[in-house]
Amino acid sequence: MVEDRPFLNFLAHLVLVIGVLIVAFPVYIAVIASTHGPDDFLSGMIPLLPGDRGLDAYRAMLTTGLSTSGAPPLGGMMLNSLIMALGVAFGKIAISILSAFAIVYFRFPLRTLAFWMIFITLMLPVEVRIFPTYKVVADLGMLNSYPGLIVPLIASATATFLFRQVFLTIPDELVEAARIDGAGPMKFFRDILVPLSRTNMAALFVILFIYGWNQYLWPLLITTDSKYYTIVTGIKRMADVADSVPQWNYVMAAVVLAMLPPVIVVVGMQKLFVKGLVDAEK
Amino acid sequence: MAGIVLEGVGKSYDGKTLAVQGINLTVADGEFVVLVGPSGCGKSTLLRMVAGLETISEGTVSIGDRVVNKVEPADRDIAMVFQNYALYPHMSVRQNLAYGLKNRKMDRAEIARRVDEAAKILEIGEYLDRKPRALSGGQRQRVAMGRAIVRDPAAFLFDEPLSNLDAKLRVTMRGEIRLLQKRLGTTSLYVTHDQVEAMTLADRLVVLNGGRVEQIGAPMDVYKRPASAFVAAFIGSPAMNLLPAVLSGGTVQFGGGRVAVGDGLPDGRITLGIRPEDLRPAAADEDGAFEMPVAYIEELGSQRLVHGSIEGEDVVCAVPAERPVGESLHLTADPALLHVFDAQSGARLN
Repeated sequence: MVEDRPFLNFLAHLVLVIGVLIVAFPVYIAVIASTHGPDDFLSGMIPLLPGDRGLDAYRAMLTTGLSTSGAPPLGGMMLNSLIMALGVAFGKIAISILSAFAIVYFRFPLRTLAFWMIFITLMLPVEVRIFPTYKVVADLGMLNSYPGLIVPLIASATATFLFRQVFLTIPDELVEAARIDGAGPMKFFRDILVPLSRTNMAALFVILFIYGWNQYLWPLLITTDSKYYTIVTGIKRMADVADSVPQWNYVMAAVVLAMLPPVIVVVGMQKLFVKGLVDAEK
Repeated sequence: MAGIVLEGVGKSYDGKTLAVQGINLTVADGEFVVLVGPSGCGKSTLLRMVAGLETISEGTVSIGDRVVNKVEPADRDIAMVFQNYALYPHMSVRQNLAYGLKNRKMDRAEIARRVDEAAKILEIGEYLDRKPRALSGGQRQRVAMGRAIVRDPAAFLFDEPLSNLDAKLRVTMRGEIRLLQKRLGTTSLYVTHDQVEAMTLADRLVVLNGGRVEQIGAPMDVYKRPASAFVAAFIGSPAMNLLPAVLSGGTVQFGGGRVAVGDGLPDGRITLGIRPEDLRPAAADEDGAFEMPVAYIEELGSQRLVHGSIEGEDVVCAVPAERPVGESLHLTADPALLHVFDAQSGARLN
């Protein structure tokens, strides 16, 4: 529908602008706060213009950390988060594309049951099964380790379902042509299915990377060694200091830094992401 | 190069009813055989059994001298051209052609040589580096053919390869397939529901109906002497007129005239078949002439098809383009060109 109604245009833009402001304002405050001294935010008046400290807080967070809150330099925590987010994203994609491959292209006993069992796990996110999962991970000796951070999160019904739908759109004739061309199951998977689901994988990667990066409860539970703290839990520890006032400028600097990798991933993969969501060509 | 032999081949999907049954067919080396029939007659199933994409429920399929019932499609030494082309969308034309060869661990220089040769034959050299989505329907069809040619297989299997093309392109591609097959001399099995395609392409036709063979023969033999009323109705355009009639003493009473159909036939109920082009306008008083009231006329340019009815049965008659047609037409037919079928079984009687 193409209509030129100035008032509606104005209204639509107004709503959008308000939406953007609501989202962007806290981010702006975080950036501003990181440039002020630690006490400016406790005075009751929140400053709206950059302070005089420049990038001091960032420099401090990246090099020395914040010893009063038991927070090591951010570099290590960011690296941990990166490892976890990448591990979760790649692990989820690898596992779910393989299980979707099995469910769509192989006839085995109880295939439908297997599919529905995977599907039902949608109702059991980490938060619901956190105690049994913790017990299993603890018994396997994976507390305070990267596998402990990653492995319990990589099974994904959503991604399996998504790949299943992608595979179902691939015409049978293509499968048969590959069979006649002498491609066995794994060759078919590698040469045909994986390239054809590339854009979907990219879209999924963006979503899953952010999911992994933003994990809070799980890393909080299983990491007690500061070597394995992730950035999201680290921020919480900084803001939660005992017997003193939180140093908001440092906390906000950490928040801004923690936001950067997801932003880079989203911006960098925007094209592929959109293509993966809307591209119907098979 | 090799022939294909089918012996008592049958297919059942549920273990009870047979979708295809008792097919015996020998395709000679280098022969072009077309399987034709209405949708659901089992022609595609039969082709897919030869390809190895469907399991064979009964009987044996041999390619060359080898029974291939349990052989994987890739090892049957066949190449297939699909209705929707089934090109790999993410590969360039060159990669599409080379994929099957690469999987067979063929050496690179040989693959390049074969791809270039196929590209030359099919004149697709210009777009070897394009993706299939950048090609038109006809070009994709050529690439699909190319993928079959590079393999240099014992047999080509075609599964309605032209049905996604527009009418004009279909005629062109039909000619090209025919020429190509003659030139390469590769045994070919071709499935179509289009009887014109079947007639023009085939060395031999196999007419299928309800999972059984109705008739096997050269196109003109099938056309001239259809083995059953089904084949008679299916092959030929416009379709043959099939009229119920009663035979007594070698003649039938029909539309106010007596038509002699020949001696030696048992009296009783029959289906009389007359091709529209075998009906000849006659003078009103000519012996054996019958009258057909005209309903409407289809102009085809080269001839006109006159539609009418005789005793409640629709009849079509082809007359020369210039011939004027009035309210009704007197017609007669040469007894030698009449087809007599059993009214019940549809089997040919004369």
